[in-house]
This record gives sequence, C-alpha cells and structure tokens, in this order.
Amino acid sequence: MTTWHEFLNEEGHPPSWPYPIRFGEERVVDTDVLVIGGGIAGCWAAIGAARQGLRVALVEKGDTVRSGSGGPGCDHWCNAPANPLSRVTPDGWAEHMASRPYSNGIGIQIQCREDFDTLLEMEQMGGKIRDTENEYAGAEGRDDKTKFMISPRYGTIHSYLPDPRMGEPGFNPPETRNNVVIRVWGSTFKPALKKECRRLGVQIFDRVMGTSLLTEDGLQGGRVVGATGLDSRTGEFLVFQSRATILATAGAGSLWLMSMELCGYSNMHSRAISGDGTVMAWRAGAALTKMESTGMIMIATGHKHKWYSGAGDASYENVPLVDARGRRLPYPIQGWEDAGAMVPAPGVEAAVRQKILKGEYELPFYGDFPAMAEVERRATWNLMLGEESTTRIMIDTFSAAGFDINRDLLQSYKFIEGQSLPQWRDAGYGGGVLVDWNLKTTLDGLYAAGTQMFAPEDHSYAAATGRYAGRKAAAYAREAEAGKISREQVEAEKARVYAPVKRSGGLEWKELHAGIARAMQYYMSEFKTEPLFKMGLDALAKLETEAVPRLFALDPHKLMRTLEDLSMLEYARIIIEASRARKASSVPLNFQRIDCPEQDPAEWNKFLTLRQQDGRVKLGELPLDFWGNMKEQYEAHNRDYTGVHREK
Amino acid sequence: MSKEVFAIPNVPTPSMPVTFDPEICNGCNHCVEVCPIDVYIPHPQKGKPPIILHAEECWYCGCCATDCPRPGAIRFNWPLQARPYWKNKKTGETHQL
Repeated sequence: MTTWHEFLNEEGHPPSWPYPIRFGEERVVDTDVLVIGGGIAGCWAAIGAARQGLRVALVEKGDTVRSGSGGPGCDHWCNAPANPLSRVTPDGWAEHMASRPYSNGIGIQIQCREDFDTLLEMEQMGGKIRDTENEYAGAEGRDDKTKFMISPRYGTIHSYLPDPRMGEPGFNPPETRNNVVIRVWGSTFKPALKKECRRLGVQIFDRVMGTSLLTEDGLQGGRVVGATGLDSRTGEFLVFQSRATILATAGAGSLWLMSMELCGYSNMHSRAISGDGTVMAWRAGAALTKMESTGMIMIATGHKHKWYSGAGDASYENVPLVDARGRRLPYPIQGWEDAGAMVPAPGVEAAVRQKILKGEYELPFYGDFPAMAEVERRATWNLMLGEESTTRIMIDTFSAAGFDINRDLLQSYKFIEGQSLPQWRDAGYGGGVLVDWNLKTTLDGLYAAGTQMFAPEDHSYAAATGRYAGRKAAAYAREAEAGKISREQVEAEKARVYAPVKRSGGLEWKELHAGIARAMQYYMSEFKTEPLFKMGLDALAKLETEAVPRLFALDPHKLMRTLEDLSMLEYARIIIEASRARKASSVPLNFQRIDCPEQDPAEWNKFLTLRQQDGRVKLGELPLDFWGNMKEQYEAHNRDYTGVHREK
Repeated sequence: MSKEVFAIPNVPTPSMPVTFDPEICNGCNHCVEVCPIDVYIPHPQKGKPPIILHAEECWYCGCCATDCPRPGAIRFNWPLQARPYWKNKKTGETHQL
C-alpha cells in the first residue's frame, strides 16, 4: 500500500495530517544573520557567515540536504579560472564573461576570483572533486597529477553555440584550451553542505517558506530587520529578527506554464521555484533589474528523460548523435570537438530539418554511446550524467532496466517531440535583485546571492557568491544594532498568510497558477506591445481582485503552494511593468517589441531598475558596466580576503 | 468484493512516481525527509512505507531513491509518457523502459 487512494480503500478513511497543526501560532527566532533559501547559495552563505562566529539561521522550503536546483547533484564547476590547470587569468576570464551584454560583472568577478577556493573548501567538507580512485585514467581532460577532470565545456571563448571556427584544422587542440571548467561529483555536495552547516551551529529551519521581509518601523524601503516564515508541515508562523538578511531563493520557473499533465515539473525546475525571494525584496522596496528578460523554455514539458533543453538530447559531453540509419549528424556534442557547444547554430538546425523532410535523415535520432572510446563513454554516463542534478535517477533506472552504454543507442527526442511553444517562457536567468560590490541590495541589512541576483550564472557561481554574501553580511551584522520588529507589519503578514485557511472552499492553487500562466502566455509572449502589456496587467489585476479572495487551502502544504501562487502573481506583474519601461527591442534580452522594433539602440543599452514605493513603481537606470573596473573594485572591497578557509 | 465503493474524485496523474517494496522498506521515512517537495507523508503505522500524497508535484529528482538506506526499497516508476527508448546498435532491436 503506497498511494493515498490505496490507503483510503483499505482503511476506509483518508490518513490524518501527520504533523501537528499550528496555524496562527507564532515562534520568534533571534539571530545575527538570517539566510532565506537553503540551496547552494544559501548553504554557502550560512557557512560563510557562521565562520565569522555569528549566530546564523537558515530557512529552507524543502530539506536542506537535497533541496534546490543543485540539490540532487552538479556535474560542472564552471568558470574556475584560478584552478592550477587553467590557461586564463581569473581577472581576464571575468572580463571576458562579463563582456556579454546584461551580465552581472560583480557576481562574475567574485566567481572567477573565489570559486576555486570554494571548490577546495567543498573538498574539505567531503565533496568529491577529483578522480581519486583513478576510475577515468586516460580520459581526455584528466590531469594525472591533480586528478582534476577538465570539462570540454568552453574552448577559448564562452559560447553555448558552436564556435564559428569549428571544423578548421587544429580547432580546440589540447594545448590551447582554457581549462576553466572542472567536472565534479556534485551529488556529494549538498549533504556535505548541510553537515557543515550543522557542525558550525547554523540553526536550520527546514520546511519553512520565507513569506516576507520585515523592515524598520514596517516602512517600505527601510532597513531589513528580519523576516517571516511559514512551516509547511505544521502551519506555524515564524518571526525572525536579524541584524542582516541574505536572500538566496530562485527565480519563478513555471510562471508561463502550469502543466496539468505533470505539474511538478512544468519546465526544467521544480514547482518550488516560485520567485518568493524576489517578491519579498520587491514588497520591501528593494530595486530589481533585468526583469524584462525572458526566454523560451525550450523543453517540451514532460520530457524529463532529455538531459537538457538545448542540444540534441541523448547527447552529452562527446556523445555523437546519429540518425536511425546510423548517419552522424552535424549537431553539437558538447564535447572536445566543438568546445562544449550546447545548442546548434540556427542554420544547422534548419538544414537538418530540411534533410529530415526530404528523407535524407531518418528519425528518430540516437546518442551513439557505443561509438565512443570506452573511458569517455563511462565518464559521460557515470560521471557527467550520474552526478548532474536529476539525471542520476535516470541513469540508475535505465541501467536497471537493461540499457547498456556499451551496446545500446539512446533515443533522442529532438524533432519528434516538436518545438516548445514560444508562449512557454522562462523568467530564469534574467531578472533579480540589484546588488553592489558587497552583494548588498539597495536596502540596508539585505544581501542577495546566487540566482537571487540579476543575471545569475551556474552552480559554482551560486556557491562562490553565497560564500561571499555570507562574509559580507556577517561583517555588517557585527557592527549593526539589533533592529526593531514592527508588530503591525507582522500582523498584516499573518493576515495575508492565513487568509486561505480560513476558507473551506473556493479556488485551489493549481487553478490560480494555470490562470497566471495563461495571462502570461497571452500578453507577455513573443508578441510584445504596450496594449498587450496593459491587457496583461488588467488580467493579473482581475485575478487579484476576483480569484485571490476565493483561495482556500486545506492543510499547511497546500497553504505553502497557495502562497507561492501569490508570489508568482506579483512576479508576473513586475515582469510586465519592467517590459513596459523598456521602449526598445533587444537581442541579448530576448526582448522584441512590435511597437518599438529598433534593436539595441545605443540610448537603450542600459539596465532598467525598478522598485516599489508607496505602491507605485519607481524606475531607474544604470550603465551596462555600472560596477566599474572589476579587478580594482573587487580588490578594494576584499583587502581582508584570506583565501581557502582553514580551521583555526 | 464486499468492500465499500467510495465516491472520490479522479486520481491525480501521474499517481505513482515510485513504488515501494514493503519487504525491503522498513518505514524509516528517510525519503520523506529528503524529498524537497513533500511528495510523501509518513504512514500512521510505524514500519510501513510512506504514503504518496502529492504524487503529481514530484519533479522526479530521484533523491528519495538515491539516498534510500535500503537499496531496492524504492523503485522509480516513470510515468508512461516519460519512459525512454533505446536501440541495440547491432541488432536494431528497440526497447522502452
């Protein structure tokens, strides 16, 4: 007996809620540094702050041991130019990475300077970062001395598209590779991080969703002095009083798409990624930026067995793709021969499609594992896929069911699954909280790290910026006075949080999520005009006035999901407001306005910022390189940085 | 077939992201704690496998199965629409999970 329905049939009644119900009860927690979000950035932030000897509380919606996008695993430690095998300098590579328009030069500089130190600390904590058992001796990119395994991702430049020089004689030879990306055994990381948090005395609040930030005197724009949370198992209300607070939650993954078929993963992310932190910052009055940037999801929902959205799935790190007759396809292999390209160039994709239609290529396509050298095959299957996020369970179940990498071709779903609709978009990798060189937001007492910041990058970026934000927030907390919590603000938030449990019927969270997603599909799609934006805002306002007052939640878990919807509703509004403000189109922002078609005109090459003040949207702007000289600024702000942490 | 037939709504699908082997599972509830989504709740009877309560919220991260201290107790059960195919390179024979 394992399902709810089986239980009902056998017992004659549904199971009782297994946890004590504490709706309305309040628990006050006093701490120096509060971290909201216990993923990669949040755990590292907690560790960074706790090492400074401060009291740290870590709030996590799931369980810190495996929560977050990096919880199940991670196969690449990207942009570690300080590693001993690197052929580029940290500052040089940071400049290169930050030269992509609308990137985050502050976060990238921190990553390039500190993420190799962070990786070595990961190893100290028990994370596996080298081929210590010599499992992959002889694999390309493996260094026999350090036992680091360099990844093929990135040749001399960073690009997800194939390098234009691909195919030329001597393209991407071993002696000129930049060696900035390291293959890692990331499934070992998250449990080690939680263990280290515990060892350092971090107070961990698992299953607690952060719901709001508390500001001095309850004023929007005031210093952040704490936060509120909801225990999603008991319904208990938590009030955190903190000297410094770090936001480390993620973006809003499924804002455009609520898959009724598989609602747990409407896109690549879990439903838990609902933009709570960004919305908390917004309500408190912090400035956000790049919120107008969105992209197509590029994954057909429900196709979890494809590794990634971009490249031909079933390929991954050197796996050649072939058609049904075994003909090699000119697709990226994310490997040495194309310097890690993940997405085919548009022309290549179109040419392949034409050949399919003419019968020159036969569908379906396959990942040809047997064609690979034995050690490369094992490295891809066991290490890269075995250690990368949610793919580990795939390789385990495929192998148990008889799939053999030495014998079998793995089917690709490219083309046969169709294209992701352009109306299915993703707010990820775009907007977020604006930060300065201390990773401080525009509010005193509030810091941000990882995906919480605008223009975030990958796992190692989350780790390095989390560790950095922990250090900086601790320095602030040590000097800061304890703030005073506004009772009025707490009561107002309690009323908002518990409203859905006061009703026993009405509208459930799934339907509101679907309603928000549909409004975004209609009015915030590839067709962008001011009248459509206006209709979108009206549609969201209608949901706010008509649907939100009817929301009901039967238990603490459903209440959490309902509150996530409310985050998404606000997040959707922010995106449309930001989009209205940009009166030009932009290629790097994936932002095409029909009524302002000029692409990237010089006067619009700037960050647009927005914040809330007295219920009104306040706009601002910043130059694309507002962080100044990255090397100089980093050094000026980090004279006390001591490198890899050593226990005293 | 004397059991009472309840009037209940349709079962949300997919309804069973994993299956438990009650012979191997000792009801330690480690999976209940590891799951970032709270797909499971503990069974009211100690020692029994957990109850799958929020099946359709699963994001198939696999941590419950990967971290299970009793190998074989949790078997992943991909929804029919998400089951992959492969082909024997020599014989051309295709298989589906």
